[in-house]
Amino acid sequence: MIKDKLSRTPVSQQPLIVKKEEEGGIGSFVEVEINGRKIQVQMGTTILEACRQNNIHIPTLCYHEDLCLAGLCRICVVEIEGMRTLQAACTYPITNKLKIQTTSEKVRKARRHILDLLLSEHYGECYSCHRNGNCELQSLAKEYGVDGYKFGHITERRHTVDRSSYSVIRDMDKCVLCKRCVRTCIDLQEVGVLEATHRGYDTTISTFYDKPLADVICINCGQCINRCPTAALKANDPSDEIWVAIDNPKKHVVIQTAPSPRASIGEEFGLPPGHSMTKQLNTALRWIGFDKVFDTNFTADLTIMEEGTELLNRLKKKLVEGDNNIKLPQFTSCSPGWVKYIEHFYPDYLDYLSTCKSPQQMFGALIKTFYAQENNIAPEDIVTVALMPCSAKKFECNRPEMHSSGFKDVDYGLTTREMAQMIREAGINLPDLEGSGFDDPFGDASGAGLIFGATGGVMEAALRTVYEIVTGREVPFKNLEITPCRGFEGVRQASVKLEGTLPEWNFLEGVDLNFMIAHGTANAKKVMEALVRGELENIHFIEVMACPGGCIGGGGQPIPTSPEIRKKRAEAIYNEDRGLEVRKSHQNPHIKYIYEKFLIDGPCGHISHKLLHTHYVKRGKFIA
Amino acid sequence: MLVSEKHGLTAEIESLAEKYGRTREALLPILQEIQMRHGYISEFAQQEIANFLDIHPVEVYGVVTFYAFLSRKPEGRYIVKLCQTIACDLADKEAIARAIERELNIKFGETTQDTKFTLQYINCMGMCDQGPAMLVNDDVYTHLTPHKAVEIIKSYK
Repeated sequence: MIKDKLSRTPVSQQPLIVKKEEEGGIGSFVEVEINGRKIQVQMGTTILEACRQNNIHIPTLCYHEDLCLAGLCRICVVEIEGMRTLQAACTYPITNKLKIQTTSEKVRKARRHILDLLLSEHYGECYSCHRNGNCELQSLAKEYGVDGYKFGHITERRHTVDRSSYSVIRDMDKCVLCKRCVRTCIDLQEVGVLEATHRGYDTTISTFYDKPLADVICINCGQCINRCPTAALKANDPSDEIWVAIDNPKKHVVIQTAPSPRASIGEEFGLPPGHSMTKQLNTALRWIGFDKVFDTNFTADLTIMEEGTELLNRLKKKLVEGDNNIKLPQFTSCSPGWVKYIEHFYPDYLDYLSTCKSPQQMFGALIKTFYAQENNIAPEDIVTVALMPCSAKKFECNRPEMHSSGFKDVDYGLTTREMAQMIREAGINLPDLEGSGFDDPFGDASGAGLIFGATGGVMEAALRTVYEIVTGREVPFKNLEITPCRGFEGVRQASVKLEGTLPEWNFLEGVDLNFMIAHGTANAKKVMEALVRGELENIHFIEVMACPGGCIGGGGQPIPTSPEIRKKRAEAIYNEDRGLEVRKSHQNPHIKYIYEKFLIDGPCGHISHKLLHTHYVKRGKFIA
Repeated sequence: MLVSEKHGLTAEIESLAEKYGRTREALLPILQEIQMRHGYISEFAQQEIANFLDIHPVEVYGVVTFYAFLSRKPEGRYIVKLCQTIACDLADKEAIARAIERELNIKFGETTQDTKFTLQYINCMGMCDQGPAMLVNDDVYTHLTPHKAVEIIKSYK
């Protein structure tokens, strides 16, 4: 230890002298003392991380695992020996032998003050708030025993609630300025709709010129909702209208459920993440009063048939007929957030998108045509509800082009959170229920449709079918698990060699089918930039999901979200797939049936073009 | 805004982006220059700047709303900025404000109909020992009295 000039500095503030070079730098270990406990941590670890690794609780508000550090709210302050002021644990990297106190009087008082100040600006009463019971500010108030408003409290609204968007409602009176939504929108998703403006005393989180959300370039992904600690952001809830439809005996109310909500809705009822509730949910939905319960995976299978055929057609036109107007790679179009993203940011590249509708919209179109005919129900009496993990689906079902049955194909998009609320309202405790199956004529779907929920799932499902159509054999992966498709890396690329092709497809003999997978629009942007630069010429098929983790991390999923939670939800989906008998879309007997009975001219034929395909709008990013 | 004006502005912003570089750091110099030439930074200009620098329009808006010296709407030829911070406030800036308002017949935050004068409050500009202080465009005036302030305004008319 060097003593001379630094002797007045306390030990915890003296620079760490590294004797051997290999012991220094980020990655080597340093000993810190937290609340008197000596702890070894890697150099560069933040105080918050060090505490969490050692089960020392530090409250946080602006901190979120998915987002960059901000150090804004200061609720995580800790005392470091020798420092005049308290430091934010979330942003303070440990580089020397600190002595840290996380619960000293000074710290407790400061945290309480910060909370009192936050509450003085926070409008609203908890019992009329949809985040009641799941609000981070509320839990902090409980944790620190807040029993009054020390610095006053706002009792009147200062902002109007922005209800312009079909998907996301912004209530800035509940905002605590943690900027999680800003970091989500700008850093995580790179959409850039929200930012702190009028910074200073008048700071508000706003859109460009404070325009309504519907008028700006919001893609409705709802990631901001999932990360908002309070009720400042929420999805546009249609459950009241759905109750009205259920209570009306003249209406035939049907619901389709997507795989991701089923893998996560248990969390709303106190189960740990990673429990699939498919069968119990079916029972609950019937108890609530839905007349029929269908599986969105059926149209996911249909999507694979249509999208796979479209890809093969494009390949054929380009490779055999030499048609250079055909655009490759083909992008998936299941994610409405991604579709709106490309419409806004890359309007000149819309031809690369598959023309297939998303499974939700395909189902809506089939219910009001095929199902209505088969069961002699007037389509105008049918109300279709879609249980989705997604807030963008609410926008999608309200697109004017989604009326191919002659009616609004899907009447309401419902998120997992809203569904859980309806189930609670009906007095049902979901985990207690017996399971039951889906209704005919769509029945149970294949595992290929199921794995749509996780990033890479559409690609995996498509490969299972496309490979078999072209070669007549199963994909050469053990147990049909195409592992290169799985995982959570932002952009993944892999290829499958097509060998031993059937005569019809022998122009593809020996071709490497190159595919890419991206999730989160920030990663989609990387892919699009590469496409613009002309670097993706040898790629054939690209799956893009707007939300990090794919649908299981969607904007309608239970709050909170984290990489760990998303991983567990994905595992639940993959486990369910493993247990199914039919795991390839084209082998789903109901799919065969619908192509025989209804979509008689086959995948990408005239009828399916009318009902199952769509077109896109060149929106551009100029905000009028 | 006319279409031809828009094209002109776009070209102008493009040349500024070339001059300062198409990076985030170029934002402030570009904004300053647009403010200097046009007296304000329009909604359209903000989006074009964002476009050339490959950042989001709302980020530009966030910066423009932060700085008191960047404005979002056309303002008078002479912008009168009266300091409202504590030292000038104690030196009775209120009397100065009322006198100027009476002289120009507008309130703070407004612009005269002939677009000659705009009245604004600003925060400390470091003239605390000589308050009340104000700026008319780039000229500093200190030790103001209501009479003196009105004379100054008159000299710009």
